[in-house]
Order: sequence, then C-alpha cells, then structure tokens
Amino acid sequence: MTDAVVTRGLTKRFRGGQLAVADLDLNVPEGSVFGFLGPNGSGKTTTIRMLLGLATPSAGQVQLFGEAMPRGYASALPRVGALIEGPACYPFLSGEGNLRRFDMADRTADPKTRGARIDTALERVGLLAARRKRYRAYSLGMRQRLGLAAALLQPRDLLVLDEPTNGLDPQGTREIRSLVRSVAEEGSTVFLSSHLLAEVEQVCTHAAVLSRGRLVATGTVESLRAAAAGHLVVRTPDIAKAVETLRRLGVADVSGNGDRVTAAADSVPPEAACAALVADGVRVRALAVERPSLEEAFVALTGEGFDVTE
Amino acid sequence: MSPSNPTGLLRSELRTLFRRLRTLAMLAVLAGVPVLLAVAVKAFSAPNGPQEGPPFLFQVTSNGLFVAFTALTVTLPLFLPLAVGVVAGDSLAGEANQGTLRYLLVVPTGRTRLLIVKYASVLIFCLAAAFTVALVGMAIGAVLFPLGRVTLLSGDTIGSGTALVRALLVAGYVGLSFAGLGAIGVFVSTITDVPIAAMATTVTLAIVSEILDAIPQLHAIHPWLLSHHWFAFGDLLREPMYTANVGRGLLLQLGYLAVFGTLAWARFTTRDILS
Repeated sequence: MTDAVVTRGLTKRFRGGQLAVADLDLNVPEGSVFGFLGPNGSGKTTTIRMLLGLATPSAGQVQLFGEAMPRGYASALPRVGALIEGPACYPFLSGEGNLRRFDMADRTADPKTRGARIDTALERVGLLAARRKRYRAYSLGMRQRLGLAAALLQPRDLLVLDEPTNGLDPQGTREIRSLVRSVAEEGSTVFLSSHLLAEVEQVCTHAAVLSRGRLVATGTVESLRAAAAGHLVVRTPDIAKAVETLRRLGVADVSGNGDRVTAAADSVPPEAACAALVADGVRVRALAVERPSLEEAFVALTGEGFDVTE
Repeated sequence: MSPSNPTGLLRSELRTLFRRLRTLAMLAVLAGVPVLLAVAVKAFSAPNGPQEGPPFLFQVTSNGLFVAFTALTVTLPLFLPLAVGVVAGDSLAGEANQGTLRYLLVVPTGRTRLLIVKYASVLIFCLAAAFTVALVGMAIGAVLFPLGRVTLLSGDTIGSGTALVRALLVAGYVGLSFAGLGAIGVFVSTITDVPIAAMATTVTLAIVSEILDAIPQLHAIHPWLLSHHWFAFGDLLREPMYTANVGRGLLLQLGYLAVFGTLAWARFTTRDILS
C-alpha cells in the first residue's frame, strides 16, 4: 500500500520560539480514513498547514502523493480537497457564487462542467435550497457544509478535514460522518483531524495521536485500542465472594463496587473465570469482557487526560 | 495537468471586485463629482464672473468636455488615491482576514499567479475609476453645455472628434498614474492580515507624497515622488501634445511597480499563511 501523505521529522517552530510541531513522522496509507487526534492546541492545524503548503516547515519534509511540499503544490494540490480551521467564504456572495469563485480559481477545473459540479456538491451537503442566499446569512452549520461542498467540487484523491463537525448539531454531525464514509467508499483517502475521540473511533481506520506537538501513537484504530487492556466485568449480588474467587485465580486489578466487579481481562480466560465463580456459589447475573474505548487507550498511552494544553 | 482555464482567476477576481457593493459605491461617489460640478456651474455661472476655482473650470461653459478634465483635477488629490488605496490595500489582507486566502492557495492558485492577478485587477480598477470620472464628466458636459471645436491650453482649436481622443488619453494616463500606488497597496497588503490597516497605510503614503511635493524646499526629491506627475495630463491638451512629463510620469510609475512588485512577490511567496 502506498502512502498519500508521508512526513519525516516534520518540525515547526514559530518566530516567537514556540514549538508547535516537533519531529513528526506520519504515514497516511492511501484509501484509509485517518484520524488525526489531539487536544486543542496540540499542533494539528499547524501540521495540516504544512501538508498543504501554506506554512513552511522549520525542519523535516512533507510528501503529498510523492511530491515534496510546498514545492510540488501544482501537481499535488489539485488532488486534494480541504477544510482548514473552519470554513471561510466571501460574505457578500451567495453560496453558489462562492463555489463558482473557488472553481474559477482552479486552472484544472473544466468550465463546461462547472454548473453541474456545483449543483452536485451543493446537493451532496444538502444546501441546494439555500444556494442563492448570501453567505453572510448562513448559519454556522450551513457555512461548514458550504466549506465541505467547496472541497468536493472535484473528485479528490485526498480529503483533508480539520475539525469538520465543529459547531454542528448532532444531526449535522451524523450527516458529516456519513459523508466521510461515502467519500471513503469511493476510494478517496480522508485525513480527519479532531479533538473528539468518539468521532475518530466511529469513522476512522487509522489514527495518530498528537500531544503538545509530538506524536505519541500511530497505527490502526484496532491496534491502538488493543494497546490498552480490556476489562472483565461481573455483575453479581455476591460482591465479596466474587472478589475472593477472582483473586484466588490470580486475576489482577480486582475491585468491587455496588453489584459490579471489574478486573483485568487478559490473565484468565473469561469462561474459566465464569466456571470458577459459579462453582464457588457466586450468583452471576452477567459476565462480559469490555474492550477499552480509544479514550482509555489514549489515557494509557499518554498518561494524561484530554485537556487543553497551551 | 495542462491549464484548461488560464484566465478564470482574473475573471473571477474582477467579477468579485466589481460586484461588491463597496466598489460600486466608490465608483458612484467618483461619478457624482463631475455631475455635481456640471450642475453647479450650469446653475450659478455668471457670464463674465471672476475666473476662480480649479483649473479648466472656467472653460466648462464654452465646452462640455472640460467637465471631465475639471472633475479629474478635483478627484486626483484625494478621492482617486482613496479609492485605489481601499482596493489595493484590501487585495490580499482582505482575503487573509476573511480566511479565503488559505482556500484560494490550496485550490491551488499558486502564489505568484494570485499576486499577479490581484495586481492586474487593482490596475484595472485604477483605470475604471479614472474612466468613470472622465466618461460621466463628458456625458453630463454634453448634456448641459455646448460641444464642438475645443480651444486647447495652447490656444489652438481642434475638432470634437480629436478632442474626444484626447480626453480618453487623459483618462488612460490618470488611471495608469496610480500603477505605483496600486503596487504599494498590494505590497502593504501582503504584510498584514488587517485590511483597514493596509488601506490606511496606502492612502497615507499617497498623501505624504502630495505634501512633500508641495514643499518647494524639497524640490530635489520632487521628481521621485509618486504623485509628482499626476497632473501632467494637462500636457496632453496642448497642440502638439507635450509628452515629456507624461512619459516621465509613466516611467516613474513603472519604477514604483518594479520595486514594490518585487517586494510584494518576495514577501508573499515566502510567508506562512496562518490566517
């Protein structure tokens, strides 16, 4: 599998001396939905700006479809659609007028198909009815959709979406999610930055976790999740007895609370634990192995919560 | 990929610029100046009154074409530089402030191409502004005053057809006289993301140039001032045309364009777009 995006030792230090991105090595496989995860202020947008040639790295390299950025922008960027740090359009133009403006700026765009492509893009994001309304009068959610429509004016090999669900209501969030899925099904690579773990967990195949400008983990979402151990959860009215049995079996991290006993999942097979509990007369109401969420994996990987860092 | 649509960006730029209410309002104000002048002269002129006011004003009653020249003289010191400063100062800073600059660049437009297109549209606006004043002036002059043979500053008279050509040349020269100010504006626009700051700086520089030009003690630097040859258009109303100052004026504008165009290019092609 080739990579749509490769970075090596990517570093950005701003003029004030602030280190925004440090020594970042990323591989975004073609055809993946790649979650770029990190708290606000962890360097995600700065990385995206370097990917797209808007900012020059202080050190290291970026390759977009094998082209070194920013030098190779002319052949790499027509293959990329992007939503960077929120949508931005001309407030005095209509939604349609804005899309026409961006499409006319594209030398590779065919003027003959422009009208049809604009219609398709507007329909895809559900803005066909508001096409003639000025952007100034658009709600935040409509603006976000128009930004997406601009990114989808042409078939793209890579879609870079920086926090695409910011400011959207739950319905809008679901729509974006299904849009991302449909774009991925068409074979495009999607690079999705987010500070929301759940969002990445639901749509992404791969992920990288960024913290204070540094990469703390990268891989498939499955492998990241597996990095944190699962839990064995037993529901029973006989808490004390269950804890005693599990400890005797050599299970680690046993603790009881209410009608719930949790323990590390990997030391004993769950069926063996269940048999031992029943044999000891513990009334088992439920027994399950819970896989950790990506959030738990993140905490396990970084030893820190998902708070805003400055 | 081969460029299938090389002029699209310029057309889109002009469409965006000239559909904008602010641009149209500025052109409307400029168009209002010759109308105001012509109506005032028509309503209050005394046949043999004292010849005061701006140059060309007293010729208006004998030939309507002079409304255009008077209006250009009146708008040159402030209104035209103001309009050019607004458009040039806003050219890139406005896009940056709005956030659309990053989207234009990832389209991709290419930074050098975007800069050239921005400057071209500023220059087209300069010409549009000068021609608005001149054409509206000629039109209102034709309605309110006699046309016909025109007595030039040199005392010769020329036919109205030739005079019309002269008037268009004058408007073209005035428009191109702002090539340098436009380049300064675009350059300032590359160093800030705050459009109003870029506009104010550009207009201020134009006015500083005019003030310096008005101080006789500084005559040594006068030939190099941006605004020094702005009023040379009067030389085109002589028979034969006296072109030395007009030529110097255009050359000077070209020099300003070369210097500030290069500075703008050096700045814009290397800066990080963080807006």
